[in-house]
Amino acid sequence: MSAPNDNLIKIIQDLNSKFKVNGKVEGTNRATIIVDKSQIFEMANYLKQVGFDHVKAVTGIDYPETEEFEVVYHISSYSDLALAKVIVALREKTSYKDPVFPSLFKVWESVWTGERETYEMLGIVFEGHPELRRMFLDEDFDGVYPLRKSYKLKQEGVFVDKPA
Amino acid sequence: MTSQLEPSFGVEIIPIEGELNVGPQHPGSGHMRIYVKLNGDIIEDVDLDVGYVHRSVEKLSEVRNYMHLIPLIERPAILDSIHMNLGYIMAVEKILNVDVPERAQYLRTLVAEVNRIASHLYGMGILAVFLGHSTGFMWGFGDREVWVEILQAITGARVTNSYIIPGGVRRDLTPAIKEMIEKAIVYQRKKIQDWYRILVNNPNIKARLENVGVMSKENAIKWGAVGPNLRASGVYYDVRKIEPYGAYDKVDFEIPMYKEGDAYARTLVRFEEMEQSMRILEQVIKQIPDGNILSDRFFKQIPPVRLKKWWEGQRRVVFPGYYASFRPPKGEAISRVEAGRGELAYYIISDGSPKPYRLRMITPSYRLIYVFKELCKGARYADLVAIYGSLDYFPPEADR
Repeated sequence: MSAPNDNLIKIIQDLNSKFKVNGKVEGTNRATIIVDKSQIFEMANYLKQVGFDHVKAVTGIDYPETEEFEVVYHISSYSDLALAKVIVALREKTSYKDPVFPSLFKVWESVWTGERETYEMLGIVFEGHPELRRMFLDEDFDGVYPLRKSYKLKQEGVFVDKPA
Repeated sequence: MTSQLEPSFGVEIIPIEGELNVGPQHPGSGHMRIYVKLNGDIIEDVDLDVGYVHRSVEKLSEVRNYMHLIPLIERPAILDSIHMNLGYIMAVEKILNVDVPERAQYLRTLVAEVNRIASHLYGMGILAVFLGHSTGFMWGFGDREVWVEILQAITGARVTNSYIIPGGVRRDLTPAIKEMIEKAIVYQRKKIQDWYRILVNNPNIKARLENVGVMSKENAIKWGAVGPNLRASGVYYDVRKIEPYGAYDKVDFEIPMYKEGDAYARTLVRFEEMEQSMRILEQVIKQIPDGNILSDRFFKQIPPVRLKKWWEGQRRVVFPGYYASFRPPKGEAISRVEAGRGELAYYIISDGSPKPYRLRMITPSYRLIYVFKELCKGARYADLVAIYGSLDYFPPEADR
């Protein structure tokens, strides 16, 4: 692994001191910031001002042991060539009881698809998203949200049953 | 309300509001239902119903081993399967912490570029048939065959190649394949001139594409566009340059860019990218170093009998037992490659078991859903297919 990007180290240090969050540089061009969901909106605004102009992915993860959901935003830049090399993961957690996050649509419009999919697959509600409804599944799909770990896949056997 | 367009027209035009379903069985929709809200022939809004080919790769990945996932992951974009394969393996390699030999890196670049040309030809063929230009469609699929044959010769499969494995690739290059590629480049260069004559410089096609679906630089960034569509709007962004993988930092090539951001610019970018891909192929064939195609860590585990039969005989790697159900350490990785349609990212979380805890696939078409929706607003109904075709949107890739 080569030395981490100086630009990135500076941004993360600024963030840590300004917002008192837990941000670390994890590789040459990778960093993670763990935020509380009450802070995420101002954090996103700050990151946008620094030059992160789009969201690559919105990932929802289910942790049944601790009864928690985590949402990860992978953000990067198109307009700033130095920041384009960087991918920052913005992570926030919440418990099963309160699966509601503020939507970042007002900051980055590119979260439109990702948040909508996370809603339908995991049942996480993004407050403030303009069109939060199903996209991939049937309109009348019911039951557990499919990407939760409690949704078990039915597997078909590969081999033909042995004769009795 | 009635209005008159032009007195000489002599027809009364009545603006009517209404809705139209395009697809999912419409020849111009692929496997997608586009629900269009019209006012006259101006599109006010579209609702994209994308789930018709959803195959839940992300969920299935929770119950399959890392190796068993390779063919599954290639399915969403069968015409660009090398890139889907490559991106996934790069993420797995990051978790496993494996080094890939130089020769394998060159081979990965080679197959990726062959696949990029094939993918662009497919996209151009589809765009042509959307615009009612059937010759372009047949040429696109005909020319694509040349490159698919090369992939078949290298990898042994026509559609889903499963060529790239953690630590290397499965088969080596032979002199006969080198010759095939050289011939194909000569053929394609000649054919691209014909393409320009019949499609790109065709006044009818130009009229259908110019100033249609214009995406400004600001909008492209805001909406998170990817790939050739992004570069046609004047944003310099290509993963091969920004974060080089394979052997891209050792070959010389350019990134075609346009400022116009219309459907025509997107078409031109694709044609110029094919030329750049052929330049890369020529350099790879010239520069490719000798050596092993699989990391030593795995190569040493192949039993001597198999080595003698397959590696020394046919230069093929037969999987050592390690691959059956390896357990990568706990951790997570995000990798990205520049696939035919744009940036493709994989995010894997490993909990130390032989199966991924969570796998996220961010395909280029997935990120184009929002771009497509926004571009359609305010366009004319007749331009819907032109916008759709020029984005090179591939529904199964968005559905995953």
